[in-house]
Formats: sequence, C-alpha cells, structure tokens
Amino acid sequence: MSLRVSDLRVHYQTLKGEVRALDGVSFEVGDGEILGLAGESGCGKTTLGKSLIRMDGRMRHIGGEVELDGEVMPIGDDRRMNPFRFHRVSLVPQYSMSAMNPTRKIGKMVAELLRSRGVAPDPAKLDARLELVGLSREVLGRYPIELSGGMKQRMVMVISTLLDPSLLIADEVTSALDVSTQKAVARALAGFRDNGVVKSMIFITHDISLTYQIADTIMIMYAGKVAERAPAKVIVEAPRHPYTKLLIDSLPEVGVRHAERKLAGIPGGPPSLLDPPTGCRFRERCPLAFDRCAEEPPAVEIEPNHVVACWKA
Amino acid sequence: MTALPQENPARDAPVPPGVRREALYFALRNAKLLIGVGIVLALLALGLAGPILVAAQPNEYVGPPMRPPSGEYWFGTTTFGQDVFAQFVYGLRTTFLVGVLGGGVAAVVGMLVGFVAGYRGGLVDEILNMLTNIVLVLPALAVLLIINAYLGIRSVGAQALFIGLTSWPWAARAIRAQTFSLRTRDFVDLARLSGANTWKIITREIAPNMSSYLFMTFILLFGGSILIASSLDFIGLGPTEGVSLGLMLQNAGQWSAMQLGLWWWFIPPGAGITAIVGALYVANVGLDEVFNPKLRQI
Amino acid sequence: MMLRLDNVTKVFKVGAFGGGSLTAVGGVSFEVRPGEVVSLIGESGSGKSTLGRMILGLTPATSGSITLDGAPVRPGKAYYRDVQGVFQDPFSTFNPVFKADRVFRMIKEVYFPGVPEAEWAGRVRSSLEDVRLNPDQILGKFPHQLSGGQLQRLLIARALLLDIKLLVADEITSMLDASTRIDVLNLLAELKARGLGVLYITHDLSLGTYLAERTVVLRRGAVVEMGLTGKVFGRPLHPYTRQLLAAVPRLREPWQDAEPVESCPYHDSGASGGLFEEEPDHFVACARLPECEGRP
Repeated sequence: MSLRVSDLRVHYQTLKGEVRALDGVSFEVGDGEILGLAGESGCGKTTLGKSLIRMDGRMRHIGGEVELDGEVMPIGDDRRMNPFRFHRVSLVPQYSMSAMNPTRKIGKMVAELLRSRGVAPDPAKLDARLELVGLSREVLGRYPIELSGGMKQRMVMVISTLLDPSLLIADEVTSALDVSTQKAVARALAGFRDNGVVKSMIFITHDISLTYQIADTIMIMYAGKVAERAPAKVIVEAPRHPYTKLLIDSLPEVGVRHAERKLAGIPGGPPSLLDPPTGCRFRERCPLAFDRCAEEPPAVEIEPNHVVACWKA
Repeated sequence: MTALPQENPARDAPVPPGVRREALYFALRNAKLLIGVGIVLALLALGLAGPILVAAQPNEYVGPPMRPPSGEYWFGTTTFGQDVFAQFVYGLRTTFLVGVLGGGVAAVVGMLVGFVAGYRGGLVDEILNMLTNIVLVLPALAVLLIINAYLGIRSVGAQALFIGLTSWPWAARAIRAQTFSLRTRDFVDLARLSGANTWKIITREIAPNMSSYLFMTFILLFGGSILIASSLDFIGLGPTEGVSLGLMLQNAGQWSAMQLGLWWWFIPPGAGITAIVGALYVANVGLDEVFNPKLRQI
Repeated sequence: MMLRLDNVTKVFKVGAFGGGSLTAVGGVSFEVRPGEVVSLIGESGSGKSTLGRMILGLTPATSGSITLDGAPVRPGKAYYRDVQGVFQDPFSTFNPVFKADRVFRMIKEVYFPGVPEAEWAGRVRSSLEDVRLNPDQILGKFPHQLSGGQLQRLLIARALLLDIKLLVADEITSMLDASTRIDVLNLLAELKARGLGVLYITHDLSLGTYLAERTVVLRRGAVVEMGLTGKVFGRPLHPYTRQLLAAVPRLREPWQDAEPVESCPYHDSGASGGLFEEEPDHFVACARLPECEGRP
C-alpha cells in the first residue's frame, strides 16, 4: 500500500470560527494506482491535496494519520515535512502557468531548483522525462512566456517529478486547458505512472468524465467526508451513493439533447462546514433520505474496493 | 410557488459581510494607523482650538524678547518679543489648510486625468499622458520663482493652488494604471450593457472599487503639499501675510535663532512639520495593511 | 428579430507602435434566429469571445457587418434593450463593493425611471422567480454571499427585465459545478421557448450540443464547420471537428485517437465563399485552411 490516510481531520481557521474542511477522511492508494478525487467545490478535495504536502497558514491538523510507504508523514509540522516534499510527495498545482519565474530560462530555473533541493542535475534523465510528456529538449532554452498553456503545464509536471516522488498530487491541472490540450496533459500524467516515474497519483478534478479516462479508482467527496469510493468503471456505471448518482446524471454528454432527454441538477447546496449538521451531510438534498439518516452512516465496504457511506446503499 | 430549489452560498468564506465593515475591523486593530491618525488629529485639534486659548496675535510684539519657554510664554518668545506658541498654533492652521487645499486640488486633477486617460485609452490617453509627463518634469521651483516675480504669491490659497497644480502627475499616473486594470473587468462591461455612460462608469463603478487607493493617494498628496509649502516658505517664496510653520522656520533662520541659541524658536515648527508629515506616512502604511489582505497578520 | 453576421473581421493592432496586427476573427458569417440556440464552439484563441463582444457592441468590428433585423449594431440604450450578455466569471461581473441586486437598480435608472418603486420591486421578484431564485434569499446580499450559479441566474433575470430579443451567453457555465451548471443550461432552453435567440459561446462540446439547434465551430478566427447540431456532430466532416470530438472526455467510453488529416475533399471542388455546403444545413471549410492554396 503506497498511501494510507486514516480518519484525517483538517480545519480552517477563519474569523467566524473553525471550518471543518476535512472531517474524518480515510482511504488508501495502492502501488501503481491513480485515484481520481471528485466532488463539488467546497467538498474538501483541494484541502485534502494540500494537506498531504503543504498546509497553508490557516489550516490545522486536528487528527488522523497519513502513512506513505509505511512511514507516518508529519503533515502538521511544516519543517519536518520538508524532507518529504518533492522527494517523496510532489504536487502539480492548478495554475502552473504562474508558478514559473518569468525572467529565467526554463533550463536554468530547473537547475537552480534542483540545487536548492541538494540534488545534482541529471541531463539525461531530464531529456527522457521531457520526451515522456512530449516536449522537445529545446524548451529548456526558452522563457516561460514562450510556451503555451499546455506546454507550461507539462513542463511543471516534469519539474515536480524529477526526484521520482512516490506520490504525485495533480490538482485541477487541466481545468484551464482546451479539450485537445487537456487530453495530452492527462495522458502524460498517466504516462508517469505507466513508466514508473511515480508510484501512485491523486488526480483532483471536478470533471468526472475526465477522471474516468485516466483514474483506476474514483473517490467522491461531499462536505468534508468520503461519500463513495470504487473502481472508475463501477462509479460511473453502478454508483450506489445517491450523491454520486445525481452527480453523474447531471453531466451532459456529447449527443445528449435537451429536447430529447432533460437533465437535472442537484437542488440545494452543500452545508456550511462551520457548524456541519449531524447525521448524513447529504440528507437535506437527498431524494432517498429517511429517518435513519439523522444518524451518521458509516463507510462500509459493500464489495471489494467499493466503499459507500449511505444507509440505503 | 413553494420551496424553490436553492443553493447555499459560500457561507464559510472568511470574509464577514460588507467590505467596509471588514476594513473597519482591521482598521481598529492596526497600531500604525491609530498612532498616525492620533498624532494628526491631536495637532489638528491644537491648530483649531489653540487660537481660541491664546490671547496673543501671532505677529504681535507681546512680551520681552528672547525669553525661553516659561509658564507665561509656553514656547518662549522671538527676538522681537512675539509669542512662539501663538505663532505655532496659528501656523498649524495654515499648514493644515495648505495640505487640504493643495492635496485636494492635486487629487482632483490627478483623478480626472488618471480616470479619463485610463478608461478611454487610445488617443485621449496619449495626449493626457504627454501632459502628465510635461508637468512631471517641470522644475516647480524655477516656475514658482518666475510666477512670484510676475504675480507675487501673497496668499495661502494661491500657494496651495500652485502646489496642487504642480504635484498631481504621479497621482494621475498611479490612478491611470489602476483604472487600466479595472476597466477590463466584466462589471464595467455590464454597466455599459446597462446603458451607463463614461462618467457614470468612472464615478460609480471604477472609483468605488479603488476608494481605499484614492484615499491613500490623497493622504500622500496632503503630506506632500505640507512639505512643499514649508520648503517654499523657508526659502522665502511663501505668502507674505499670515504665519505658517515654514515661515516661522524662515524667520528663525533669518534672525540667526540657531547662532543666538534660541532653540525654542525653530524646534517647535520643525518638529510640527515632521510630526504631521511623518504621522501621515505612518498612517498610510497602516491603511495599506488594512486594505490589502495580503499584509494582514492573521 | 434576427441577428446576422456577414463577413465579420476583427484585427487587433499589436506591438509597441501598433505596427503589427493580429486577425482575431476573419470573415465570419452566420445567423441567430428567434427561438433558436446557436452554439459557438471554439478553443482559446479561436476568437469566440471577441465575436461575442462585437455582437454586444463592446468592441467594434474592423470590417463586415453585424445587423439586428437589418439595422447595424449601435451600442447604446436602444440596442441594449434588445440584446444583452452574460459573461464567464460571475464574481467579476458583479462590482464587489456593492450588493448584488444593484444590477437591477442600474437598469431601472436608465430604462424605467418612471416606473413606481412598488411596481418595480414586483417585477424584480417575478423575474427572479422566473429564473428559479427565491427573491428573499437573493435581495440585499453581497456577491460573495451568493454562489456562482445564483449569480449567473440573477444576471439572466436582469436581462429578462429588459424584455430582450437576443442573449449572448459567453462561457456562462464554465465556472460552475456540474450540479448547478445543468440548471443554468435548462434555463437557457426555457428562454428559447419564449422566443428569444441565444448565442451560447463555449469550449465544451457536450454543453453546446445539449442545447443548440445549430452549431458553429470556430478555429483561429474562422468557421471550419457549421450547420444543424445533429449533422455537425453526427457526421463531422472537418478534421478539426473530429479532433475536438475525439478529445472530449466521455463517461463510459475511453478516449479514442482522431485520424490524422491527410487529404481535403473540398480542396478542388471549386465552390465559392470559403464554406462548402456538403448537405442541406451543413457547411464545412477546406481542411487545410488557412494555408490551402486551392482556396477559392
């Protein structure tokens, strides 16, 4: 097991009080597995990604444990996390475009970055990685502004995986890209796993049809908790949690026409995590809700690799 | 119509309702701002109330010459027996007046030029920009010498007007740059789609969005005007009537207060100018922290 | 009421002294009829938003004509009574220092100064209910207190107060969650039923096909294929359309690779106008544009 997260609780501090962004999240990512993380905005998916590598100043680690390759990560301790970052866990951020220093040529920037991490640059390895994502060597001699959005995104992917981290977190890396570029970037990410550059990956996105293309397992989050986790095919074809079902039913696909099949959204919105409701958090919006939902449903493995937190599943 | 489907807004957003209320929250907790504003207000109060408390007129020869500070003459007297404290409180009035008028004129001109150039762009921008750059490089002192020679600056108002008309260019440039970035925002387009004209868009969409910035610009112009006025007074190009902190310094210099050891003659006006301008700048740094979320320490 | 674009071109001046030029939109012609949704599909740099801005009169066209019922676009009070727009980022469309319902006030001041306050309040409420918003939960709030979906619907309610004929919707769902995105799309479909024309600008093919009767595919400022949505996506002719279709991630169907562009069947056909009518209501451009030498 590459990554094991158990009962992780992370809160945000705000002027109004503590926001329970992650409230008891448990899951595992196996060797060679790509986990797709999906859910509406505010469900905690980005908080989860950040918690695994660098918490920002307002985040507090309240409880739970994160284990990477059998070793517990001190995620609440910024300084003790340093040896893990880039070496063991790495992140491709959402806006990679702005993550690069505009006044440095890319090759020079990469060398400086590696030196700052105490690693000697290895040109052969860099070339191989560039080839893997479909970039030519000559990008190293260019300035970031001379690259297109998709090229920059792939360059950042190469940089963040140069030290062969065990776990790579990709946070909404394709949401600002065009469909054709999106495809190239998503495939390059899958290529990292296929070629053993990284052992496992967490692919965060709001787009279930995109995550379906490259993820082995999909985890749906709702209001700081895991709603359902199952193999990608199962999530899409036989979801058990009502939230997953509604989410998938609200996705228009090429060929679906309003005149022929009218899709519906999910009424209402996620609850405030400042003071979350008791019981099932989806209860208010759920068409299947009944008395028992006032009690919090436990996450149950209803069949191998298929975990659902719903009394009706 | 019952139970409309509703989404909940981002209730967890760390921003309390109302941008202004939030600014007030941080303003009341910002030491720099409170200290700066406190000093300025105290001096302003002294300038306003002082003349009522002091019986003596500033340029009247009321007492024995060259007296050090005492219970009777708080700041002592000049070579000619004028009450330095009376001069100081009246001088404060003039100094604040020059700051408000000069800073006000500069702010109004700077805003007009900056907003119009930034919003309209194109040829209008090029012309206004040229004008701004010309005024920017104008040697203000040389021009003042000439104007003084021909017209003679006799009143505080004329001095303030002159300062205002020469110190707006940097403000115009800063406001132009801000306007440039705001005018591409969608809400400006929406205002255009609502049939609003240029003037309405500038005053009701763009300006309110940078009100904190405009306020800070005015404060800097205010402090700058006081400083310029004091320098002009000191080199003898100030108004010939009345009294100001700069004129006090000039008189003190002219009558060798330093050589004669009359420290009470030049220290109060010098300290007054330094305190006002310094406090304004400190308050400005504080305001920046209040308005700029990135600088807040929370 | 019909919107017609005829050979519309937009050239931007670039470079330090305006020496260079960049053609953002080159010779685009199409129509939007009443009660019809036309989706304008293109990737970044295709000129789709520039087209939307030209139709809204926010930026002038360099050449060509845009007419509404035969009258050229004249940005101003009268034109905006008929044509309105909603933009991509709801949080940037609202002035953050004011309450969200101020957008209604702005309209009243310009268009309905004579309407009594009580009557106006009633109109605002019914317009909000039309877009399925609860007025009590919306009025008096600041933009950051509302969700993206609520804000976009509020902007549509604003447009409806003017009794418009055409709505230009530029990527209005791209910042929304999947669960609320579909509500906004369904709302656009209702507008269509009321007889409005809607130009739906998007980069997302699946959203475009969900609503639109007709589709225009734009690439580098030129139309590569257009026609009835069923025909354009049922039998895509242009390699670019096929490539786009192949890149769209789908549920239950892994990605396929599009066949590479080899030859262009329109290269020598000798038709005029840049677009060839392959079948009724289905037009396609030469596949090797813009470098095609045999281009008519």
